[in-house]
Amino acid sequence: MDPIKIIQESCVGCTLCETACPFGAVVMVDSETDDKKKIAEIDLNTCTLCGACVEACKFDAIEMEEKTVVPGVELSAYKDVWVFAEQHEGEIQTITYELLGEGRKLADDLGMDLCAVLIGSGIGEKAQDLIARGADKIYVVDKPELAHFQDEPYSAVLVDLINKIKPNVVLCGATVVGRSLISRVAIKIDAGLTADCTALSIDPETKNLLQTRPAFGGNIMATIEAPNHRPQMSTVRHKVMKEAEIVEGRQGEILIQEVAEELLKSRTKRLNFVPEEESTVNIAEADIIVSGGRGIGKPENFAMIRELAEVIGAGVGASRAAVDADWIPYSHQVGQTGKTVCPKMYIACGISGQIQHLAGMSSSEVIVAINKDPDAPIFQVATYGIVGDVNEVVPRITEEFRNVLGK
Amino acid sequence: MHIVVLVKQVPDTADVKIDPDTNTLIREGVAAITNPFDAYAVEEALRLKERLGGTVTAVSMGPPQAEAVLREAISLGVDNGVLVSDRAFAGSDTWATSYTLATAIKTLGDVDIIVCGKQAADGDTAQVGPGVATHLDVPQITFVRKIEEVDDKHIVAERLLEEGYEVIESPLPCLLTVVKEINDPRMPSLKGKMAAKKAEIRTMTADEMGCDPAKLGLDGSPTKVVKIFSPPPRGGGEMLEGEVHEVVPSLVEKIKDIVIGVN
Repeated sequence: MDPIKIIQESCVGCTLCETACPFGAVVMVDSETDDKKKIAEIDLNTCTLCGACVEACKFDAIEMEEKTVVPGVELSAYKDVWVFAEQHEGEIQTITYELLGEGRKLADDLGMDLCAVLIGSGIGEKAQDLIARGADKIYVVDKPELAHFQDEPYSAVLVDLINKIKPNVVLCGATVVGRSLISRVAIKIDAGLTADCTALSIDPETKNLLQTRPAFGGNIMATIEAPNHRPQMSTVRHKVMKEAEIVEGRQGEILIQEVAEELLKSRTKRLNFVPEEESTVNIAEADIIVSGGRGIGKPENFAMIRELAEVIGAGVGASRAAVDADWIPYSHQVGQTGKTVCPKMYIACGISGQIQHLAGMSSSEVIVAINKDPDAPIFQVATYGIVGDVNEVVPRITEEFRNVLGK
Repeated sequence: MHIVVLVKQVPDTADVKIDPDTNTLIREGVAAITNPFDAYAVEEALRLKERLGGTVTAVSMGPPQAEAVLREAISLGVDNGVLVSDRAFAGSDTWATSYTLATAIKTLGDVDIIVCGKQAADGDTAQVGPGVATHLDVPQITFVRKIEEVDDKHIVAERLLEEGYEVIESPLPCLLTVVKEINDPRMPSLKGKMAAKKAEIRTMTADEMGCDPAKLGLDGSPTKVVKIFSPPPRGGGEMLEGEVHEVVPSLVEKIKDIVIGVN
């Protein structure tokens, strides 16, 4: 039987379901029994079985198979909210503090503990920092082989800990490391994983984790859950959640974990690491981003963008057009084929605001747009807009901030 | 050398707009295209073939009409196209999708390198590449920006990180996911277009691949979509009008607290 179908006799052809479907999977076709009537048909290849049409239908004409799934695991055996504490060269990444801030709320709603998993080499002393940021327990795996992130040993160790200790929720940053690691883990342990979440909450009735994320380049939002699997796993976008505050003297447990030698084996080998020359490049972590597009006119004008960024302590971003013209390296590109960013403030200079660019930055808290074209789409998402020549406006802003900040 | 490249047909998100009155997606005229990231994967697979010899097989999971992206890959120089298509796959999340694709790759026999785009433009998860690698139990190098060395036994590639890149060596077989920076995709040749028209696309169904039905489609997907809604509209934006010497101080006044707050 098809998992979803239209009951021909009940369908009146009102098109409510066609409008409600976010995926374009409902089409109106001629009725087989009544040639004056059009009825809905569902394209199963496009349908994601989200149920939006069932809800929209006023005539009970759509039937979706409701299976009572028997969970493969004893759900109540899974306790606590875990955060993967991402570290590079022994430095805890700020995304970890954001996850702890959000994880604390979820743990409190569930009446469970908040725990962090810290994997690395010689990193034990960082456990206290995580306790100060709200974690109740820290699981530490400290081995020379784990000094740097490597996909296989890190995922094997995390799988081992999850199987042994059985957490209810596992949160990880939607970073390069996080996405590479956690996707492997979810497959190994048959768990549901939702990518790039921008909101998390606990369903008050079912106690399931409700995970909300943008899809279709930010055009729609979807709320996702994994009702019959544990742990419930999510990656969380940078800068969306608030960092947990430091509470000096906060108490917690540090639990050193031993793992089998064979889990530390890696077929891949990290030969070396080459840092980006420009220190302001990690735009995923920047609180403010100043971005330049083709509207700045020529590659040399990125100097003006960099100068403003430096004065106000911002990262430098760019539109795809500027990157494709070789004005600035790809690592600066914001948008669908570049990075998705969510800073406190995004200043778009000479960027028209193609939908692919907006997909990468429209969830920024405050957006400032400077563009000579008053009809540029960027102004539709801007908190503050200035119509004018960027090459005139941007240096004035820099100068003004030099005065304000005394630089 | 057998190289497999995974391609996906996605709606062109540049075409997708929200109807401000009804708050729903306007889909009329939304074209189905090859996932933009997969273009770089196809190009890299072709370059690997040019360096090492062998064949390139493009594999796509999707409805019958997804055949179009396979023909497009063939027009660029890919040797074979395989469409993994079955009603049983409906409602697959990334777990079930990676299981299905991994099973299809196993059905193809020996494979040395699997190349994927870093993520698809509709789901944006970046989970299927590593998922396929895990199901196949092969090592992975994700977010590859450059292949430094490759022969029939091993590969050395640069993985793009937030704050630089790292150089990673892996034995083959291995799965790579690639970022845009890795290459400039070629255009199809006339000969390629002719070949694409004539090419036979092999279709694989769940039965043919010997899939475990419990791991397919909705049943094999741990995650369920419970709600779909439009993002809250931004709006309430303010245009600052006047001469530059007037608007700049007024802008700075409005945003200076943010700047002071982070400095």
